Amino acid sequence: MAETKDVLIVGEITEGKLAVITTELLGIGRKLADDLGQELAAVLIGSGIGDLANEAIAFGADKVYVIDNDIFAEYTTDGYTGVMEKLNTEAAPKIILMGQTSLGMDLSPRLAFRLGTATVLDCVDLNIEDGLLQKYKPVYGGNAQAIYVSETMPQMATIRVKAFEPLVQDTARSGEVVNFDPGIGAADIRQKVVNRVKEEVEGIKLEDAEVVVCGGRGIGSAEAFAALYELAEMMGGAVGASRPPCDLGWIPANLQIGLTGKFVSPNIYLAIALSGSSQHLAGISGSKNIIAINKDPEANIFGIAHYGVVGDYKKVLPAFKEKCQELLAK
Amino acid sequence: MFLTGPKCLNGTKLHTKGDSVMNMIVCVKQVMDPETPAASFRIDPEAKRAITSKDKGMVISPFDENGVEGALKLKDATGGKVSILSMGGKSCREVIKQCLAMGADEGFQLTDPAFDDFDAYATAANLAEAIKKIGEYDIIFCGRQESDWDAGQVGSGIAEILGIPSVTAIRRIEVSDGKATVDRVLADGYETIEVSMPLLVTASNEIGEPRYATLPKIMAAAKKPITVWDSGDITPAQARSQMLSLFIPVREGECEFIESEDPEEAGAMLATKLREAKLI
Repeated sequence: MAETKDVLIVGEITEGKLAVITTELLGIGRKLADDLGQELAAVLIGSGIGDLANEAIAFGADKVYVIDNDIFAEYTTDGYTGVMEKLNTEAAPKIILMGQTSLGMDLSPRLAFRLGTATVLDCVDLNIEDGLLQKYKPVYGGNAQAIYVSETMPQMATIRVKAFEPLVQDTARSGEVVNFDPGIGAADIRQKVVNRVKEEVEGIKLEDAEVVVCGGRGIGSAEAFAALYELAEMMGGAVGASRPPCDLGWIPANLQIGLTGKFVSPNIYLAIALSGSSQHLAGISGSKNIIAINKDPEANIFGIAHYGVVGDYKKVLPAFKEKCQELLAK
Repeated sequence: MFLTGPKCLNGTKLHTKGDSVMNMIVCVKQVMDPETPAASFRIDPEAKRAITSKDKGMVISPFDENGVEGALKLKDATGGKVSILSMGGKSCREVIKQCLAMGADEGFQLTDPAFDDFDAYATAANLAEAIKKIGEYDIIFCGRQESDWDAGQVGSGIAEILGIPSVTAIRRIEVSDGKATVDRVLADGYETIEVSMPLLVTASNEIGEPRYATLPKIMAAAKKPITVWDSGDITPAQARSQMLSLFIPVREGECEFIESEDPEEAGAMLATKLREAKLI
């Protein structure tokens, strides 16, 4: 195997701007490259990339590969895997990092298998030990963490959204921009994106909400969720549920939080009358402050909560809401 | 090498014409029940695996069950045959039987200690070998991610090894004129993709709630064939990554309980506490 060098991150562009996850990738990529004494490269694939390469440099890249072609305007598995295969031959990176996004979770495994190497998805921490990349990944629905390494190059991983901090943008930073032609044509791509639908959610999206009010089986009925909606509205947040209320039809299935639903990372996560199965906890591990209200003092949720109230939510919640209202009015 | 278009592999016959049977294979994994409360979750750090509690049975990994549902929905719409493929200990037979009771037609079980303790690469390689041995397939279904190791890469890996296109995290699939149309889940909606067959898809939960097995179907499933293969039939592949350690992360701090016998007072105290902590 040829000599490998550098750390390469795969950038993403949303609505003409560098995606937030890409700045986070540049942040951790910079650190790993410095630890290895190597350079940090980024790749931007798409159509009409414009000045975004310089933005990537300002966020920490030494070199940016740009693949700007109409056939890459939409992500396709074959198109992007083909590009990355060719770029891997050209750049021979030691490490390839992507975000744990619709793109990264599709591209990273497919590319790893094509390159004959291994990837680990959804990492929450990365560091260099004895020259190798150690990848920390939550497993068993977040109940445990595993550390993986691979000696085959390139070493690959995707990182969880918000797991790493971006660097402060520095427009004085300099770097090299390389236009790369991978020699991939439309005939090489078996998937064709024919339509893209944005589904608008009323109010604040669960994934973006700073406050999430989440109900479990103990809420008791569809009607009883009204109190949660009122509280969420007052706190400027969104309502979610663990799996049972969704299965029972009390609340729409697309508001389910957990392994088989949405992943949330709010500042305040209010868990009401839910026990905290591991499949649910998998979806809330990014929450900064977890507050639990539950009748059962043994409920699992108290094991990870920062603040807890043992009691019937039907009595606790109205008083909590009233006091919040009073405090917020001050 | 870059493969284009439908391709016959190792004599694989493609049944994508309208008048012939469409063959589907669903890969399912047996896992520890993910509804298990976290408090009863234990690991064996030496063996680097979770300790399965005796009173909790193994279940089909939830997204894999969605994969079975997706295949059965397609069978309802266009006809065809659904085969179930599972790799694991002897108890994975139960998981296969459950899928047969849901409406699948035939089972294939890979059981051998030599298939244990593998990474995603070896798992995908072993399953791909088994799929080649099954022989005929138009669409392979997997779950988008299994609920124990959460690897999320076996489906893509199988597709790459077989040289067929893949679409991950799908919520709908239709087949016409030897081509599939699938809706892929995105963070803020979905995209519709046209793709050639044979094809591998990974199912997301939006594809639909798995159907219940009715008693007559459970009875009928007992008569459906399950073929068992071991390392004499499928040569085990080598792993490409190692797990250095498995641990339960320590959470900083303890839960601060609001001490009050009166639930209404506790509610108000909670609000005050959050204010003091500058959270609201």
